[in-house]
Amino acid sequence: MELVGKGAAELGELLAAGEVSAVEVAEAHLDRIAAVDGKVKAFLHVDREATLAQARRVDERRAAGEELGPLAGVPIAHKDVFTTTDMPTTAGSKILEGWRPPYDATITARLRQAGLVILGKTNMDEFAMGSSTENSAYGTSRNPWDLDRIPGGSSGGSSAAVAAFEAPLSTGTDTGGSIRQPAAVTGIVGMKPTYGGSSRYGVIAFASSLDTPGPFARNVLDAALLHEAFSGHDPMDATSVPEPVPPVVEAARRADVDGLRVGVVKEFAGEGYEPGVSARFNEAVELLESLGAKVVEVSCPNFTYALPAYYLIAPSECSSNLARFDAMRYGLRVGDDGTRSAEEVMALTRAEGFGPEVKRRIMLGTYALSSGYYDAYYGKAQQVRTLIKRDFEAAFEQVDVLVSPTTPTTAFPIGERADDPIAMYLADLCTIPANLTGNAAISVPCGLADGLPAGLQIMAPVLGDDRVYRVGAAVERALEDRWGGPLLAQAPALVEAK
Amino acid sequence: MSAITREEVSHLARLSRLALGDDELDHLAAQLDQIISAVARVQEVAAEDIPPTSHALPLTNVYRADEVRESLAPEQALAGAPAAEEQRFRVPRILDEEA
Amino acid sequence: MTTPTLMDYDEALAKYEPVLGIETHIELGTASKMFCGCATGFGAEPNTQVCPVCLGLPGSLPVTNRAAIEGIIKIGLALNCDIVEWCRFARKNYFYPDMPKNYQISQYDEPLCVDGHLEVEVEGETYRIEIERVHMEEDTGKSLHVGGSTGRIHGAEFSLVDYNRAGIPLVEIVTKPIVATGEKAPLVARAYATELRELVRSLGVSDVRMEQGSMRCDVNVSLMPRGAAEWGTRSETKNVNSLRSVERAVRSEIERQAGVLSDGGRVIQETRHFHEDTGRTTSGRSKEEAQDYRYFPEPDLVPMAPSREWVAEIRASLPELPAARRRRIQQEWNLSDLELRDVVNAGAVDLIEATIAHGSDAAAARKWWMNELSRRATEQGVELADLPITPEQVARVQAMIAAGELNDKLARKVFEGVLAGEGGPDEVVAARGLKVVSDDGELSAVIDQVIADNADVADKIRAGKVAAAGALVGAVMKATRGQADAGRARELILEKLGAS
Repeated sequence: MELVGKGAAELGELLAAGEVSAVEVAEAHLDRIAAVDGKVKAFLHVDREATLAQARRVDERRAAGEELGPLAGVPIAHKDVFTTTDMPTTAGSKILEGWRPPYDATITARLRQAGLVILGKTNMDEFAMGSSTENSAYGTSRNPWDLDRIPGGSSGGSSAAVAAFEAPLSTGTDTGGSIRQPAAVTGIVGMKPTYGGSSRYGVIAFASSLDTPGPFARNVLDAALLHEAFSGHDPMDATSVPEPVPPVVEAARRADVDGLRVGVVKEFAGEGYEPGVSARFNEAVELLESLGAKVVEVSCPNFTYALPAYYLIAPSECSSNLARFDAMRYGLRVGDDGTRSAEEVMALTRAEGFGPEVKRRIMLGTYALSSGYYDAYYGKAQQVRTLIKRDFEAAFEQVDVLVSPTTPTTAFPIGERADDPIAMYLADLCTIPANLTGNAAISVPCGLADGLPAGLQIMAPVLGDDRVYRVGAAVERALEDRWGGPLLAQAPALVEAK
Repeated sequence: MSAITREEVSHLARLSRLALGDDELDHLAAQLDQIISAVARVQEVAAEDIPPTSHALPLTNVYRADEVRESLAPEQALAGAPAAEEQRFRVPRILDEEA
Repeated sequence: MTTPTLMDYDEALAKYEPVLGIETHIELGTASKMFCGCATGFGAEPNTQVCPVCLGLPGSLPVTNRAAIEGIIKIGLALNCDIVEWCRFARKNYFYPDMPKNYQISQYDEPLCVDGHLEVEVEGETYRIEIERVHMEEDTGKSLHVGGSTGRIHGAEFSLVDYNRAGIPLVEIVTKPIVATGEKAPLVARAYATELRELVRSLGVSDVRMEQGSMRCDVNVSLMPRGAAEWGTRSETKNVNSLRSVERAVRSEIERQAGVLSDGGRVIQETRHFHEDTGRTTSGRSKEEAQDYRYFPEPDLVPMAPSREWVAEIRASLPELPAARRRRIQQEWNLSDLELRDVVNAGAVDLIEATIAHGSDAAAARKWWMNELSRRATEQGVELADLPITPEQVARVQAMIAAGELNDKLARKVFEGVLAGEGGPDEVVAARGLKVVSDDGELSAVIDQVIADNADVADKIRAGKVAAAGALVGAVMKATRGQADAGRARELILEKLGAS
């Protein structure tokens, strides 16, 4: 049986029915990784024997009659930002090279509990800062649609792994778009849950008030299954919401837009949006209307200030979060020759251990928080956050979900924006508002622009995660009917690699 | 006029514990100047009477019970240490007293 | 650095008026740390009470200990503070190797408790110390400086860090400027620290042991010329680890700053360190770079909004506070102001009260703790409360005295035995054979022998010189190793010599 290419739900059913074993499924995906990852470069760490051992344990649990979830035995690629006791965790940074955490992230533990088999750790922009994986200390991952292009970021290893059929599922974290943008540019599904809906415990922090773990999959239902498997209240995370996980799987199965009101964000169009991206977006909106949704245009005037506010808030928090990487307790230590002071060793280590983008953001954040500038920068950005929240609230009085392109362009060529931070930052233009306010948002494929995938972003109120799955699944079903199959089937590079 | 001076950039590097060379400082100064000018747009919109938002969601009063949980074994705690001695983290000499 | 000229204290006070500010850090005695479940015991093996959270490992997150918040609210209420309705933690950012995250979770412009006061008494005068704020934060780890000659930080080759203390809940209590104390400034500072320690101890939220660092004072001192309207520049002296040091540090800073000012110098706003050995302060930090802590709201913790019901519940649970208690015991035990002060200063209030609770009368309980036992504590160099004897045992000894089974002299021997670890009072009495001899037959034989041995004295008594009986009583006591009932012995002697 051809196992690579099957979705998570389908594999879960085969495993539950005893038609395949977790070991067989894991082996098939490990073989796939061995065959294509030299080109795709999605993984930072793969340990075949350890993975097979995990798979054997799942088979044993099943044989022992344990009640297992729908994803037991399904392989998953895990972003290298989650701590794992049995694999190194680097967050894509040289400063953490080889670090073996003494504890599992809550999400790692929940994956294990649900019987998911972790294939390895995926590449990412250093400390999740970037939109391309070009900021990884361990090289750039490739977009399976065109190996000369970026797979998005920061969770680019995870998006590439799923798009390249190396894994049916993967994890990501989304601080300003780091799940949705890579999903969009690789033609897969990526979901940012409501902030606090998925635990941050054991997620190496970038910007604490924004970071949100979420799932990647090749279809909406698979994403919902993974979402359900690892979400829910975590007492180890004080910002974790106490409410139960919204019924995301049920919503993904429902897949309709009956009676729903859809708002098109007026501000996210026009200059800077590639014509192909705009065209696919407009077609998706028409499709929603044809499926029975009531579509209106909604203005969220403060959304245009989200990007500058984000580039103050996220660097401010990161300047503090990354202070702990100081060569004293773990990680890299540089220049300790017995004469230098701790202060000097810290500064030398950080200068060598952090890449340019991380340094840039630490410096920017330090500036925005420093005395004399706080009110004008960090303080103002926090006020913008309030304004964006008000825009969302006003919009959701009129509509049930908001839609926009996920990102203004398709995957850009590697190197194109490498030393132009501002151009790079534009990749997150449409995704950032939902991070600033904690809203749920998903990206689903909506077609090709010049042969490359474009994504449709669907945003819902806080804890309205089920709504975006419902709409996303409806769009997916209608588009796949139109295309005669999933978008990924049209990917040339993948066909060739297979 | 530039938003940030080369001297300020150098000060920020010290505050951030980043030992940056002159070239790197020059390069960063130019980029930071560009970024700060761009993000300063937030000052256009936020009026005085708008309350700031620090947290995405309005949760309050999240506490844990005062219960002891198992600590790491010292070997685990020290496993990642660049240097350890006498079950303690060995660090280079410290210049100043605690702040 | 030039050695500053110190000015004579009285001269300094004649020229300058001191203004004080005291910041006190108190470690709460919760079972687990502020933001994680690690234990908080003092003196554990290094790095055995650490976890991903208090080590600041990547990915770890803090969760607030409810008991710590309850503890700080207790302190706030006992200091007559307002408990705010909403506040946040903030990150105080600075790099230091004993601080695992290189930021301290603290509170900045939104402290939990504000605007309180504490009254202290110095030489019969009452001073009201205004409390500006009481806020919650976490403690740091501890460094051992290795190499160099002094074991101190300067000259050390490297340091060894133990993070057991990192993350222990720490309450910071900040006074408003304390003015118009004149030459009493050092005493007022000490009285404040003493009263604060008593207050916090009475709440049961900390053991407030300065020698173990669970209470630490930073003392701010500035001087202004007498008659001036503007305050001078202040120094902040850290490392002040005993009540006596609080007094000495203030005094020393007054003398130093007065010296600097009268030499035409300028007092620098800086951190200084107090040295127990010399009683002087030294400059703490080379201030090349001004500190910029870049405080911002802690995103990993949600705001605190203690409900009014919770605060009322905590208020209702407060025990009797030291000041009220002192008023009560002064009345109940019938003490003069001076006696009360002695009892308080000796740390004997709890002990006496517990002794009374076990059946002793107030006067006797006070007598034993304040005289015999205080003397022994001083000899051994320990706190009264740390003597290995319980109030219950003291009460038992006193009960035996009341029953006529012991006299005071024997009682002291019983205490000696108990303190030497020979067991409880009854065991010591039995083992040492300490019993008042009041049996007339036994006593009579001893007296006969004493009369025979001291015929000249006996003759004088027979001749009517009754006062001489004292010598014979003394001899009887000596012969019985103090176990005789001295009163009965005297009666019998006078009887036998026909002088009664």
